[in-house]
Amino acid sequence: MRKARERVIHYLPAIIVGVAAIGLWEAIIRGLDVRAFILPAPSSIIRALIANWDTGYQIFPAAKVTLQEAGGGLVAGALLGLLIAFAVARFPTARDIALPIGIAVNAIPIVAFAPIANHWFGSQSAYSKMAISAALVFFPIMINVLRGLTQVDASALELMRSYAASEMTVLRKLRIPNALPFFLTGLKIGTTLSLIGAVVGEYFGGLNVALGRVVVESASTLSFEVTWAAILVVSVTGVVMYLVVAGSERVLIAWHPSVRGERVA
Amino acid sequence: MTGDPVAGASVVRLVGLEKRFDLPNGETMTAVSGIDLELQRGEFVSLIGPSGCGKSTLLRLIGDLTQPSAGSVTVNGKPAQQARIDRDYGMVFQAPVLFDWRTVEENVRLPLELTTYERGARDARVREMLELVELTDFARHHPYQLSGGMQQRVAIARALSFSPSILLMDEPFGALDEMTRERMNSEVLRIWEQTGITVVFVTHSIPEAVFLSSRVVVMSARPGRITQVVEVDLPRPRGVETRESRRYFEKVTEVREALRGGEGHRDEAIPSLERAEAEGLIG
Repeated sequence: MRKARERVIHYLPAIIVGVAAIGLWEAIIRGLDVRAFILPAPSSIIRALIANWDTGYQIFPAAKVTLQEAGGGLVAGALLGLLIAFAVARFPTARDIALPIGIAVNAIPIVAFAPIANHWFGSQSAYSKMAISAALVFFPIMINVLRGLTQVDASALELMRSYAASEMTVLRKLRIPNALPFFLTGLKIGTTLSLIGAVVGEYFGGLNVALGRVVVESASTLSFEVTWAAILVVSVTGVVMYLVVAGSERVLIAWHPSVRGERVA
Repeated sequence: MTGDPVAGASVVRLVGLEKRFDLPNGETMTAVSGIDLELQRGEFVSLIGPSGCGKSTLLRLIGDLTQPSAGSVTVNGKPAQQARIDRDYGMVFQAPVLFDWRTVEENVRLPLELTTYERGARDARVREMLELVELTDFARHHPYQLSGGMQQRVAIARALSFSPSILLMDEPFGALDEMTRERMNSEVLRIWEQTGITVVFVTHSIPEAVFLSSRVVVMSARPGRITQVVEVDLPRPRGVETRESRRYFEKVTEVREALRGGEGHRDEAIPSLERAEAEGLIG
């Protein structure tokens, strides 16, 4: 596959720099004899990860729990964002009500509500983490979808008018396809936010098998190589979620300038 | 479509048409005024004039994309709004306005999905339209993969797919280079001759207007009025020879002078002002 090879060549510099940085990190820790509880070496983080994979801190089962919470929050937040965006795009009065409130709510540091969400939905429950996630996710999705539904080419609207198309038809044939790339952009932002919501929610209590709990508990016993291992797994999970959405973009909006290929004629 | 008149009958009738816009500063701008015009079935009529003369506004009034401040637009014996609801209009804008997420054939099919066009006949109709604009090989491509001229041909195929009785074209080739534009002109004439549709064509190119039209409506600026209607009786079918013929040059000159005549009116205002001054009427 020529394409695959091109892609490897494309990412090669990033891979080299990344590997070099980790090597440098390892060398500095060993060379300067930095104590592990200040900054553990990459090799000891990996060792801690393997040792605690499904025993001890149980990082892998913990990751599954956190991924479920983040995924649930992402879906719930996306649905909420879509619902409000459609309502706001359809009814100008709804815009005047929902937009200022949405912006005000977004200005609140939502993670600060984590203890309250734990209180409402139960600190042992996954729903409390999903609620935090959803609250973080809904805003960028709502704003993006709203933009996609309303920022439609004026000539395209006139074209639909010349066909005497109903508002419903304009929504189905023009506004929704136009909003799809915007929705996916919001969803990409949402993947990272949903994970932040889930992990921070776990900081304030929850089942012990969850990445946020692993971070808190390992840090409290100064097992920082485990803390780093958990953070590593959180970021890998975030990257995977992002890549899933980015990959679906290539299929769903292959025609969009951000994804598409070359002209043929 | 409904109410199809017989050949030669009036398709579009404009009576005392005027359009005013309220500007943000509270003033009123008169875009077009005192427009009386009648288009016969199967005619190819160009609207030409300096920029800001309201030729696009006039086209939009005919297509019920905007409403007149005074006067009336009658299309196929109906008010313009009814004609729009009956899908009597095919629109082509300066930009192709294709939907990026649809392939070429899906774009051409769009109006068929919105009308009562028989489901089973849609694909055949789309194929027929793509043949008409010679884009059969590009049916599965997306608009971004095509050149500007090809995109505009897709727009024309889309506009004609549901057999409207009038084709409204708003500077459709204004964004194309001269070579492509001349090719598109010949293409449009071929399609017009094949379909017998009535065309209203807005342009600011004199050669384009003369080459295409059976009549050229010359407009003046602010407020836009019809200053002259030039009959173009060049033989058809028209082609490369037409553009090189003596009659063609004469017609181009006639339209150019008609356009300048519109400016001449304003030039005359100065001597008359001087005269008024000399006679002590003002200043």
